[in-house]
Amino acid sequence: MGKMHVKMTVNGKQVEGLAEPRTLLIHFLREDLNLTGPHIGCDTSHCGACTVDMNGMSVKSCTVFVAQANGAEVTTIEGIANADGTLHAIQAAFAEHHGLQCGFCTPGMITRAHRLLQANPSPTEEEIRYGISGNLCRCTGYQNIVKAIQAAATTLNTAAKEAAE
Amino acid sequence: MIPGQFEYHRPTSVADAVGLLAKLGEEARVVAGGHSLIPMMKMRMAQPDHLVDLQDVSELKYIREDGGDLVIGAMTTQSEVIASDLLAQKCPVLAEAALQIADPQIRNLGTLGGNVANGDPGNDMPAVMQALDARYDLAGPNGTRQVSAREFYEGAYFTALADGEILTAVRFATPAAGHGWCYAKQKRKIGDYATAAAAVILTLSGGKCTAASVTLTNVASTPLHAEAASNALVGTALDAAAIDKAAAEAMAVADPASDGRGPAEFRTRVAGVMVRRATEAARERAAG
Repeated sequence: MGKMHVKMTVNGKQVEGLAEPRTLLIHFLREDLNLTGPHIGCDTSHCGACTVDMNGMSVKSCTVFVAQANGAEVTTIEGIANADGTLHAIQAAFAEHHGLQCGFCTPGMITRAHRLLQANPSPTEEEIRYGISGNLCRCTGYQNIVKAIQAAATTLNTAAKEAAE
Repeated sequence: MIPGQFEYHRPTSVADAVGLLAKLGEEARVVAGGHSLIPMMKMRMAQPDHLVDLQDVSELKYIREDGGDLVIGAMTTQSEVIASDLLAQKCPVLAEAALQIADPQIRNLGTLGGNVANGDPGNDMPAVMQALDARYDLAGPNGTRQVSAREFYEGAYFTALADGEILTAVRFATPAAGHGWCYAKQKRKIGDYATAAAAVILTLSGGKCTAASVTLTNVASTPLHAEAASNALVGTALDAAAIDKAAAEAMAVADPASDGRGPAEFRTRVAGVMVRRATEAARERAAG
């Protein structure tokens, strides 16, 4: 029961490593790749602080074995900012609209919101609330998180429209 | 929480997966989405020596019509059930139930096959399958067989699935066009198991109920097919008296434990309320 060779694409870069199959994806990201953006909150797949994108879907990386993620394409909060290093519209909107207080849930919230807006670029407030229902925030009461996602959707839709013209 | 060590296998066909299980013996477990098994392994309530991951068995990922049946491959995720146009058109109760399971991230990995095969009385799809009178396709070293969803569940985590067998698909007769349907679930929060939940599938003709099945989630060690409750609806106009009778019959078979979701008496009551709500919604949705 030794280690296995693991290969995946993380934030656009090919990475590889040796890991026991039982290693959880969150541990591999944080401890082997030093990507400490995704957080371990509850460690029981409830809180969503460990949310990352895997093969185009939001998943909770505390409940995925690294062996299952072998060959996958993964995006963490570290891969969300714009290529020039400026904040992504969702990150900027969280700052602007006070979408965070302590910040612990924020990487998971933003990674989840990022995928949600790709699947549904103009969500209603209700769709946002259901869309982030797997992410818990103990500070904000969600109001400002929802506002931030709404604002980011508007910004992104305006930018997409301008780009199309 | 760190699970025990295991060796990892990723077969690409059902035949290979069944072969692996036969070779590795009873210390091997199949993993689909992993959202029941991995938490159990993290708590060391499950410590398999071998994990056989079905994610690359693409022949288990489909939703299709086969003659008069709807057939869903075991590795179809809850998100795929929700997104299916075919199911939205022919059997919308599945998406209604899937949307009440866990949260978006978990539904992206959690599978229909895992939900029905695992035997957790808190899982929602088993009762829905019983309401649809589904059959499960099982593949094992001695070939394939089918077991009725109404006979599959023996106790909490005990099912008719034998060692070395894999549940490969669920299938059920496509419900009649215009059928009434509902899955009503009371839970404390998103992601919670049901305090009690009820599935109702029925058909109306000339304002009379001609067929009905009522099933319950998480009020016993298995899902329950509430036959007396179902019979209480058939032949009636689904009026208040009939719905009262069905709710009472469902409460009579409910046998929940007292837990964080409430005392047994309360959860039994909730089962009655869920049957009432599901029946009323199914009546409104039914044509005829």
